[in-house]
Formats: sequence, C-alpha cells, structure tokens
Amino acid sequence: MFKAREYVRVKSLEEAWNLNQKKSNVIVGGMMWLKMGRGQKGTVIDLSGLGLDTIEETEEAFSIGCMCTLRQLELHEGLNKEFDGIFRECTRHIVGTQFRNGATVGGSVFGRYGFSDILTCLLALDSYVELYQGGVIPLVQFTSMPYDRDVLVRIVIKKDGRKAAYLSQRNTQTDFPLIACAAGKMGDDWYVSIGARPKRAAVYRISGTGKKADELAREAASMFEYGSNLRGSGEYRAHLANVYVRRLIETIEKREA
Amino acid sequence: MEIQLTLNGKAVKDQVGADTLLLDFVRKHGCYSVKRGCETSNCGLCTVLLDGKPVLSCSTLAARADGCSVTTLEGVQEKAEAIGRFLAGEGAEQCGFCSPGLIMNVIAMEQELSEPSEEEIREYLAGNLCRCTGYMGQMRAIGNYLNRKGEEQNG
Ligand SMILES: Cc1cc2nc3c(=O)[nH]c(=O)nc-3n(C[C@H](O)[C@H](O)[C@H](O)COP(=O)(O)OP(=O)(O)OC[C@H]3O[C@@H](n4cnc5c(N)ncnc54)[C@H](O)[C@@H]3O)c2cc1C
Ligand code: FES
Ligand code: FES
Repeated sequence: MFKAREYVRVKSLEEAWNLNQKKSNVIVGGMMWLKMGRGQKGTVIDLSGLGLDTIEETEEAFSIGCMCTLRQLELHEGLNKEFDGIFRECTRHIVGTQFRNGATVGGSVFGRYGFSDILTCLLALDSYVELYQGGVIPLVQFTSMPYDRDVLVRIVIKKDGRKAAYLSQRNTQTDFPLIACAAGKMGDDWYVSIGARPKRAAVYRISGTGKKADELAREAASMFEYGSNLRGSGEYRAHLANVYVRRLIETIEKREA
Repeated sequence: MEIQLTLNGKAVKDQVGADTLLLDFVRKHGCYSVKRGCETSNCGLCTVLLDGKPVLSCSTLAARADGCSVTTLEGVQEKAEAIGRFLAGEGAEQCGFCSPGLIMNVIAMEQELSEPSEEEIREYLAGNLCRCTGYMGQMRAIGNYLNRKGEEQNG
C-alpha cells in the first residue's frame, strides 16, 4: 500500500482537477489497483462526494458516473436490458462480489488495462468518455491517448439499437482473463472488440453482408495481434478469439432470428 | 484527520491518517476477526459490511468510511455462530482462517439473494478463497444454513 500525507474529499471537479495537476497527488477510485503500488503520495483526491455514483438513463443514452462500481454495472437493469446482459457477463468473473462493490468504472476505464473486461465490453458499443478538461470524446480515441492528468467524469453509451454479446475465458476462476471478446451489431455492421491479447482492447468494424458466421469470425479475429504471457501463448489466444467471436456472432444472429 | 462512523452499532470517533485502511481502523477498535490474508484484494478475508454492502476493508480508506455504518463479525455474533455451527456440522473447516470473511459474505448474500441456486452461491462467494479445502464442505454447509427452518432462522 502507498503512503499519503493528505486526504481531500473534493467539493467540485475543478478542485479535483487542480489538485490532480500535482504529480505526487492521486485520484482514488476504488483503490483496488492503486493499493498494490508503493511509495509516498501527497494528497489522495476522493471524488466520492460529487454524486458521480449513479447510472442515468434517458431516451438516447446511459450516463455512468465515474464512481459507479462494477457491481452497479453488473446489476443495472436498464443497461443489461438494452445490451443483452453484457454488463453482467463482463463483470461477474472479476474477483468477487466485495471487490466489485469497490472497483469503479472510472478507475477501470482510466487505467486502460490490457486485461480489462470493462474496456473490451464498452468498445463494442457506441461509448464516449467525458473528461473534465478534454470534453466528450469517443472511447476508441481515449483508449489510444497517452496517460494525462485529466479527470474522467462519466462514461456515456448511446442507445443506437446495437445488439451485443460478451465472452471471456480464464484459466481459473477470479484470475485475469486470458482473452476477452465482445461483439455489437448494427444493421449489417459488426463491431468486434478483443482484449487481454494480452494487449489493450481494440475494436474493428466489419461488414457482415453476405458472410457466414465462421467466415466473419475469421475475418474479425485476424485483424488483431495476439501475444504471449504466463497465461497463454499468442497462438492459443488467436485460436480462442476465432472460436469466441464466432460464438458471439451466432448468439446475436440467433437472438435476431 | 478525524472521522466518525458507526462500528457494530456504536458511534466511534477517531483520528486517522490519509492512508489508513479500514481494516487497520476496525482492528484498532477491537474487531480482531477482520484479518489480512493477501496483498492483492483477492482473498476476501477482510470482508466487512459498509452501509450493508460487503466490501474489502483492506482496500477501503478509513477516511472514505467517514459517516458510514460498518459491521464486522463482532457485530453479528449470533448469526455468525449459527453459520459456524453449519460449517462445523459438515466438517467444512480445516484451519478455519478463511471463515470470518466467508461468514460475512454469506450474511451479505442472504440479504441480497433470495433462494440462490448453487451456481449463484458460487458466484457470489467466488472472492472468498480457502487454501485448505476444495469448498465442497462449505457449499454443503451453506446450503444447509440457507434451508434451515424454524428457530434456527432466528439463531
Ligand atoms: C487483483 C485484481 C484483479 C483484477 N481482475 C480484473 C479482471 O479480471 N478483469 C478486469 O476487467 N479488471 C480486473 N481488475 C481491475 C479492476 O477491475 C479495476 O479496473 C481496477 O482496480 C481499477 O479500478 P479502481 O476503481 O480500483 O481504480 P483505482 O485503483 O482507484 O485507480 C486506478 C487508476 O485510475 C486513476 N483514476 C481513478 N478514477 C479516476 C477518475 N475518475 N479520473 C481520472 N483518473 C482516475 C487512478 O488515479 C489510478 O491511476 C483487477 C484488479 C485487481 C487489483
Ligand atoms: S486481505 Fe485479501 S482481499 Fe482483503
Ligand atoms: S480452512 Fe484453511 S483457509 Fe479455509
């Protein structure tokens, strides 16, 4: 666990942003990831007093405050109804209930972790990140941006009628995923995102017109690079991606039929 | 800084550091059932209820619990003993080190899920690791506990 000199439950995003400009200060989301770090910090910046812990649903979109927990994503009825249960599916294998009551959406997305189930899932949807200084930008763009000292305020997901599905594989329960795959379908277009390759999730759009599920899956999976680590080889990951993307496509097609 | 919270029904006021963890805070206030079993937020041994929800006290700042209600095993003695009897009845424990965290999460599960299936139980409790057993005894004991009748329900 790191050490810190001060703790501030900020009263505004402006205060949070100002404090966060100092390199030794740190925004704490759920602290699950941060607590594994060592060293001396200055001020711990806590956003929990800003009411950013709710999921709001309008006709057009979902707006998810950065302090919402992964457990809120997992249990939110509107979100899971709109996107065919993918939020439950992408969260339920992450460590345990107590962990998911702590880990936040803001920390998960800001971290842009290679293994992230959350990032993989969100990338298959029409998702945006709202930054205090940077404004609202597409999540795809945020994913490849360098780490800076902005404050992630919300995630916005547009309701564009996309059908979606999610699958991941772990070597053992509660471990990081070995591969994480999500698919979204809009008309004839497919949005396929694959994470834990072990590189960070990315997304590609491909047209499904006139293609069978296995053909489409092969085409989609071949667009990504796969690497090796302790959990598995790149070759194994490439094979798994093929299989899981095909299953996702079949699941969505079956639902539509 | 000073925080004030309700610990097992009693108001507690104390000074904490910016980096004091809830785990160390509750232990300082006599709740020794709460233990640290890992350094990676993985084992569930440090589970407490924060405003009724199960959380990892090893990964929660005491400062963030300011104004909240915290429950540890010490605050739910009767229920904990009842679950303990079911665990013992199935010979579920070996060293028993994992039990306090498991019992707290079983209590949370009982409040949150009604008539959970075996799969739902496994999923809810996945973050409570036990190094000695294969979880079979625990699963039988928890099943028996959830299906208990009559006076045991109150115990
Ligand atoms: C043991 C373990 C296992 C895990 N397993 C999985 C898994 O299987 N799948 C998965 O997808 N994830 C997994 N994770 C990651 C986890 O789900 C969270 O994504 C991670 O802990 C970060 O979320 P947090 O709320 O804890 O953030 P923190 O640890 O609090 O913060 C993470 C980073 O984000 C910054 N930050 C937080 N909030 C904001 C904000 N609003 N604006 C700007 N910066 C911010 C922090 O300063 C820090 O740099 C695991 C983590 C751990 C520790
Ligand atoms: S001590 Fe292991 S999860 Fe808290
Ligand atoms: S009985 Fe020993 S850790 Fe569970």
